[in-house]
Amino acid sequence: MANFSSFYFTGAEILLSLAGLVLLMLAAWSGDRSARLVTALACAALIGGAIFSYDLLTNPSYELGGDAFGGLYRMDAFGSFAKILVFLASAACLVIAPRYFEERGGYRGEYPVLILFNAVGMSMMVSAVDFITLYIGLEMSSLSSYVLAAFLRSDQKSAEAGLKYFVLGALASGILLYGISLLYGFTGSTTFIGVGAAMAGDLSTGQLFGIVFVLAGLAFKISAAPFHMWTPDVYEGAPTPVTAFFATAPKVAAVALTARVAMEVFGSQSDAWRQIVMTAALLSIVIGALGAIGQENLKRLLAYSSINNVGFILLGLVVANEAGAAAMLVYLFIYVAMSLGSFVGLLMLRDTEGNLYETFADISGLSTTRPLMAWCLLLLMFSLAGIPPLLGFWAKFVVFQATVEAGLVAFGAIAIAASVIGAFYYIKFVKVMFFDEPAGVVTGKGGRGHWAVLAICTLIVSPLGYLLTPALDVLAGKAAAALLIAS
Amino acid sequence: MLSIMLLIPFAAGFACFLADARQARWIALAATLADLALGIMLWAGYDIGGAQWQFTEQADLFAGFSYALGIDGIALMLIMLTVFLMPICILASWQSITRRVGEYMAAFLIMEALMIGVFAAQDLFLFYIFFEAGLIPMYLIIGVWGGADRIYASYKFFLYTLLGSVLMLIAMFWMVAEAGTTDIPTLMQHDFPAGAQSWLWLAFFASFAVKMPMWPVHTWLPDAHVQAPTAGSVILAGVLLKMGGYGFIRFSLPMFPEASAQFAWLIFALSMVAVVYTSLVALVQHDMKKLIAYSSVAHMGIVTVGLFAFNVQGLEGAMVVMLSHGLVSAALFLCVGVIYDRLHTREIDRYGGLSINMPQYALLFMLFTMASVGLPGTSGFVGEFLSLVGAYQVSTLVTLLCATGIILGAAYMLYLYRRVAFGVQKNADAAAMPDLSLREWLMLGPIAAAVLWMGVYPESFMAPMRADIAALDARLARAAPMGDSLLEVGEPRTAAANQLAASHGEGESH
Repeated sequence: MANFSSFYFTGAEILLSLAGLVLLMLAAWSGDRSARLVTALACAALIGGAIFSYDLLTNPSYELGGDAFGGLYRMDAFGSFAKILVFLASAACLVIAPRYFEERGGYRGEYPVLILFNAVGMSMMVSAVDFITLYIGLEMSSLSSYVLAAFLRSDQKSAEAGLKYFVLGALASGILLYGISLLYGFTGSTTFIGVGAAMAGDLSTGQLFGIVFVLAGLAFKISAAPFHMWTPDVYEGAPTPVTAFFATAPKVAAVALTARVAMEVFGSQSDAWRQIVMTAALLSIVIGALGAIGQENLKRLLAYSSINNVGFILLGLVVANEAGAAAMLVYLFIYVAMSLGSFVGLLMLRDTEGNLYETFADISGLSTTRPLMAWCLLLLMFSLAGIPPLLGFWAKFVVFQATVEAGLVAFGAIAIAASVIGAFYYIKFVKVMFFDEPAGVVTGKGGRGHWAVLAICTLIVSPLGYLLTPALDVLAGKAAAALLIAS
Repeated sequence: MLSIMLLIPFAAGFACFLADARQARWIALAATLADLALGIMLWAGYDIGGAQWQFTEQADLFAGFSYALGIDGIALMLIMLTVFLMPICILASWQSITRRVGEYMAAFLIMEALMIGVFAAQDLFLFYIFFEAGLIPMYLIIGVWGGADRIYASYKFFLYTLLGSVLMLIAMFWMVAEAGTTDIPTLMQHDFPAGAQSWLWLAFFASFAVKMPMWPVHTWLPDAHVQAPTAGSVILAGVLLKMGGYGFIRFSLPMFPEASAQFAWLIFALSMVAVVYTSLVALVQHDMKKLIAYSSVAHMGIVTVGLFAFNVQGLEGAMVVMLSHGLVSAALFLCVGVIYDRLHTREIDRYGGLSINMPQYALLFMLFTMASVGLPGTSGFVGEFLSLVGAYQVSTLVTLLCATGIILGAAYMLYLYRRVAFGVQKNADAAAMPDLSLREWLMLGPIAAAVLWMGVYPESFMAPMRADIAALDARLARAAPMGDSLLEVGEPRTAAANQLAASHGEGESH
């Protein structure tokens, strides 16, 4: 029986792994002709995984979650919530990819397969309750990400991005692993519960170093300042659909992982890690905002914007209570919609041959040549800036509300004032599209898949998205409660 | 009822997106007129002396806050101002806007919905959403359809107001956590600890002072006004600035009475500077719109002095100044727009002697100039007089300095009028301009009538607000500062001061 529940709890991962293997074979034998079919099947598998996770999340008989495989893995509401987000974001990134790659020397079946394995890794990350599981999940996701970044083999920029990501990612993994080994050495356990229990009393220097190294490694993965340097380069160089993927699914997984480690493992030493996360949060907000100001390239700009957003997500973590964790999850959901929408918007800035345009000069006057797209981007940008009545405001709202209610008023005030700096470049986006003379280079049309994703994301961030807030509130609250029970 | 008033402009706004230029104009006009009709029904249906909050609606649509609407007399009058000015704005843009008309009209209609929402919101966060959301359409209106330097102006407008508001949001979170409710009427009765009040008050002040605008954070206003299209200036001056005053009267004063008393000196100091300094700045302007923009800052100084006088006269006066300024400055911007449409310049020197070739225009312009100066019989007089009477009970010095603002106001307005309307016709093209068209009469005529109505019989406008202002006054009584004028209380009257027509009652204490 214990075995059955272990398999049932990991159903989503098993489904995706099997799908990945089968599709790998299919892609290998039938060649590039079946790439579209593989993509569609992979998409279906991801959506199936999301539905399965949703069932686990809402099924009352699994209210309390449960351990699988002898405490290496835990199924709980927190993990399920993060998985739904990860799977849906991955599926959306599959929808937007084929057309882009087909126009640049062929689309291959590896792409959806890599995304599938990446998704397996990510769902292991969010459900891991043992440092070994955590590391395996993280590496599985990272390795497929490195390949994805370099997916356009003939493109120098893409190759450069892949290499850069690999070298820096390996360094971060090393730091993380070193931190884990320190924790193991000073606590004698690799399970979250074991390490957490051993750290409950006084914190030894070795344990403190372990915390610092683990958090530094994770900060790299979520691209929080001061470990954010790779982000603009990799985001700029990687193919745009891949960038959209990096900005969403892996980030959700890494943030969820960080939250679980911080709350469950280091829960008893919250004074120690909260300072670190607080610093990282404020630095991310400020650097993300200031760094973006001088950017001409829109992908780099969105990279800085994602650093900025991670800062706000970390604010929810700093609060270190149920409200904070719930706020963080709500923010993640909205962040995924906003990022996907804006990257898809960039993908649609193309001429009739399919060449992409990605600087401010190119989108100038977009509102006269492509009004519908310009209005969608306008909503997304104001949403990223956190201006009501768009849903991006709600994301900031819940995070800051949690911050203030936890008594961190001054911290919240500084962070919110810094968010105004960020508003500057988002409204610059709007200014270029709406106030400047048309450049007229964007002549191509987006594909149906692009429009579909853009429309869904825009609808979510539009004021109509507020109707989602009660449901989101309930689910995120459930997930956050699960995280807190465990710690 | 209030929801319908919000829904009509929203729906019409979306329709305008899809419509061509001609259709968009008519849709916009029809929607704003429908809202005006609803507004009149609202006023007619408002039960003076009835419940404090009327037309309330409530729906739990969202997590964390609720969709709650309702108005008191103060909100009613400001909503009336909004729906009254909107059709006029649409008319003012009828011919001058030729580019992207559908989007322009959509921006204005959404703006209207948001402004009504600000005044009708009964939930703290709903208020904030409406309050901030106005930035988006206004940013676009200034940026897309504005003058030469519009980009700088739009950035400045956006970032100034955003920075002001975010701190208020933090304060709101704290208040909601402390009081356990987001309901504005409940919060208005909640006594926050005196120590925390100071911080909360300052956070709200940061937002409202920028919106108001008070010296020294007023500098976005002249830029935004000058660069915005005529109708944009009308909305800015007519309604958006009133949000600051409304904020003070709805939040700062009733929610933090002690802190308001504590910081009254700050308000007085900034208002005095604003009144004198911006009036002097207005004197030397060459650009008509800039001159009127600076005069707005000066008038708003009188509003804040009245608000923080902590008595009925001051509060009523402040409200009347706000309403009157909403009409008069809107009308003055329209007057500038009328001649700008003909000659495409706002330079005062390019005009002259307009009363010869445009007598009707000169007449209306004269009326609004006088109303701005505060001539008895126009709306400006009633409000400024009451405000200063209120302020006199608190500080004679402040009143003295602010009263000079009225003299200076006469100076710059009459100087403007002389240069534009009188003298010789030194420019041939200005001399050849035709007089007001029917459309322009339809814009300016109703405002002129309203200005005179408010000047001659202000009771119509003050009656709905009386009970609310009395309630606010009672709430503030415990914190009211000791005045330096030490008025001798005369024979007791048979009725309270605020039950008489206020402008009569106050003659005695003067």
